[in-house]
Amino acid sequence: MSLESGTPTAPGTPGTPGLTETAGRVAPRRFVHRFLGRKVNVLAAGFLFVVTLLALLAPWLAPHDPLTQDIPAAHLPPFSPDHLLGTDILGRDVLSRMLYGARVAGQAALVSVLIGMGLGVIPGAMAGYLGGWYDAVLSRIADTVLSFPPLLLAMAIVGVMGTNLTNAMLAIGLVFAPRFFRVVRSSVISVREETYIEASRSIGTSTAKIIRRHVFPNALSPLIVQISLACGFAILAEASLSYLGLGVNPPDPSWGRMLQEGRESLFYTKWPLVIPGIAIALSVLACNLLGDGVRDSMGDERGHK
Amino acid sequence: MSAVPTASDRLPLLEVEGLEVQFRGSSGWTTVVTDVALRVDHGSVLGLVGESGSGKSVTCASILRLFPAGSGRIAAGRIVFNGTDLTTLGERQLNRVRGRDIGMIFQEPMTSLNPVLTVGEQIAEVVRRHGKVGRQAARARAREVLDLVRIPNAATRMRQYPHEFSGGMRQRVMIAMSLATSPSLLIADEPTTALDVTIQVQILDLLKDLAAELEMGILLVTHDLGVVADMCDDVVVMYGGQVVETGSCAEIFAEPRHPYTADLMRARPSIEGRQELYVIPGRPPTPLEWPGGCRFAARCRHRIEDCEAAPVDLHHLGDDRLSRCIRVSELELGGVR
Amino acid sequence: MLGMILRRLGMIVPMMVIASFLTFSLVLLIPGDPATRIAGESATPEQVEQVARDLGLDKPFLVQYANFVQGAVTGDLGTSYTYNVPVATMLKERLPVTLSLTMVALLFALLLGIPLGVIAGRYAGRLPDRVATGLTTLGLAVPNFALGLLMIQILAVERGMFPATGYRPMSEGLGEWFIRLVLPGLALSMIVAAEIARQLRASIADTLRQDYMRTATAKGLSAPTKLFKHSMRNALMPVVTVLGMQIAYLLGGTAVIEAVFGISGLGDFAVQAVLGRDLPAIQGIILFAVMVTLVMSLIVDISYGYLNPKVRRS
Repeated sequence: MSLESGTPTAPGTPGTPGLTETAGRVAPRRFVHRFLGRKVNVLAAGFLFVVTLLALLAPWLAPHDPLTQDIPAAHLPPFSPDHLLGTDILGRDVLSRMLYGARVAGQAALVSVLIGMGLGVIPGAMAGYLGGWYDAVLSRIADTVLSFPPLLLAMAIVGVMGTNLTNAMLAIGLVFAPRFFRVVRSSVISVREETYIEASRSIGTSTAKIIRRHVFPNALSPLIVQISLACGFAILAEASLSYLGLGVNPPDPSWGRMLQEGRESLFYTKWPLVIPGIAIALSVLACNLLGDGVRDSMGDERGHK
Repeated sequence: MSAVPTASDRLPLLEVEGLEVQFRGSSGWTTVVTDVALRVDHGSVLGLVGESGSGKSVTCASILRLFPAGSGRIAAGRIVFNGTDLTTLGERQLNRVRGRDIGMIFQEPMTSLNPVLTVGEQIAEVVRRHGKVGRQAARARAREVLDLVRIPNAATRMRQYPHEFSGGMRQRVMIAMSLATSPSLLIADEPTTALDVTIQVQILDLLKDLAAELEMGILLVTHDLGVVADMCDDVVVMYGGQVVETGSCAEIFAEPRHPYTADLMRARPSIEGRQELYVIPGRPPTPLEWPGGCRFAARCRHRIEDCEAAPVDLHHLGDDRLSRCIRVSELELGGVR
Repeated sequence: MLGMILRRLGMIVPMMVIASFLTFSLVLLIPGDPATRIAGESATPEQVEQVARDLGLDKPFLVQYANFVQGAVTGDLGTSYTYNVPVATMLKERLPVTLSLTMVALLFALLLGIPLGVIAGRYAGRLPDRVATGLTTLGLAVPNFALGLLMIQILAVERGMFPATGYRPMSEGLGEWFIRLVLPGLALSMIVAAEIARQLRASIADTLRQDYMRTATAKGLSAPTKLFKHSMRNALMPVVTVLGMQIAYLLGGTAVIEAVFGISGLGDFAVQAVLGRDLPAIQGIILFAVMVTLVMSLIVDISYGYLNPKVRRS
């Protein structure tokens, strides 16, 4: 559940560039070359692409209705005829439930990250660009929100708003907001001081254009890193909330709910627990690796992993 | 070391021969220092001179093998210290020489001390490491050497951390640390480069006094010929990873026998002379740019065609006097004294 | 040092005020009329009115907030609806359980994370680093509650090596207390252990490049002395700074882990409060958690100051 990307350095190091300090400007082509040069990055990106595709096509790919029960056929092991990943305690097809669960996971990641960005990016850019009391107040608020244990905060929000997937995504998005705020703010600050900004301002370039031409490209890579990490966290958080019964309501399939239901099958078989567990782990892993890959390809040659 | 001269005292303290050092680059090993020879006698000061990038610091680091793991290696040559070839020693055996028989101080006094350990502890630990001494005795020794390098209030300063010392004071601490085990050789790699001019003078005076007082040999790396004139008995001049001239301090200043040495002297600001400062044109080649012939040829005022034809060997010009110049016998190069 | 502590306090107090305001503002997120929502669909108008009066929902928002803060400062966080007990009493009752779990998890995190980080940093780029880094990357991705479930099944149910679930207070014996916290502690510690290892790897590799390490080599110090005395003391400092943040994660993570292991601590209280729409309990728990986190980060900052002579002496 790591959302922190900057790395404090040991004392005695004169200004080691961390992610939060330098936005690391690498020519896009060089970045792509470096990024694709590492097999892990390609694998992670490929995996996420496939999962997204499976999630989108779930209604067409799923061999069974994910909700149809068939009690006599409960607890079938994987590779059973007609049930590639077996069945759960109620005889529902695990593969179909996994595919629909991927939709939920993807949706949770997408919506919560969009909410987090919507709440964090613009105020962060303004705080970095304007500075002064505006920055001071917003930064203090962001720091405070960061002190709330993330999962507990999400639970509290769901608790007051009502337990369903939409509210869970909203809650996770709220947790992300200060993190996006910080990332954008620091990369805007790092370019604000650059001379070429001064220069374009002096020749009368509009603020909007400066932001589009100079600030945005600089903030992009750290933002992508944060988005990847946030997606991973969102998948974990959705699973946690659904496991606790605070996210997706039964009988709808979600990887977290499937873990909860898999627990009841444990007496007979571990598969209904292991399969969603692996799916969550791999998805989060891919998101984290993607984030690491982007960060390492960004410019810091010494690229601390 | 006994006060009475013995047979072993007449052997050189340190003798380096045919040293070749390589660093690992992105495409395999690159040679950065070739065919270096130098000698430090008991109680004498050898100056190792050259511009930055000439290979002086690498030569120094290779004596105690201070390369970051896997990044540097000694490809050829011998480093004989007190009769033992250090290149044949394993890491453990070398650790008994490091800090005990050979002390070393570096260019960067600001970063060479560990920021989280007290100065007293950093000195005492080297004493405890190399001698069978207790904590108390080691601390007493630390205080003693802090007094020796003339740090006031040694007892209080012992308990302080490096950041509480100024640059000059930190270099004194480094010197104290390297002297704590009474080594017979001190390697000082540009010990005053990072310091203010007035502090430089103090530190050099201190080193000179200590060398005489403790009868240890010093290998002093510098790019400042003034320092050499002031401190050294003998001089080795390096350029492009090679030794280009060797001789006693008096000889070299009176009559340099390599154009590079002569140029270095002309490039030195003198207090008496009012003539304009000479600047050697260009910059030293990096190891990847080394030419096949004389490595200084591109910047030399006395270059002839033959200079660039083939590698130049060291010419023996009598007693410990060497020059790596093919025109050594015909050139009249002016000295400063 | 004292100046540093005062400065940190000066930063934390406003954060506490903001935190309490945000916590109280949760009430604004309730869709529709809060009193009706809290009292439930089937409540009579009288009951709804009772709830509104109990919670002071009929008063202006800022007055409500002032009352909330006044209560919180005096240790009155209202009464939990689900348990019908003062929230503060519940917190006091549940705290030792969660504190035990968090401390055991922190212990495991340090025991696992520090060696992994040291190995990875010491052998950066080589095989031991790859193995250690692979493990930490995995540790950050595997959902800890799924791991907990598997551990219960395999180590407790099938092998009988540990009790499957439950908690015993320390007063019933240290062994009884500890053995029940091993599995939940391990599951909870995974992510923090991985974070510590990653941070330590970076900072060890960083210290090994420093000039003072070359000095240590020139002094002829042994490899362990160089690593543990000269490198580690510097490298641990950045680790300490991330530890404060990690304590917040541990505290939040207890909710799921307590549910998995059937432990009735703060996390379980939080889940029950959320399921029961228990607003005073939700607010009380979250306020408590954020205060604990802020105090922890203050303690971490002070200990950082203690570790770093530059801060301590100025």
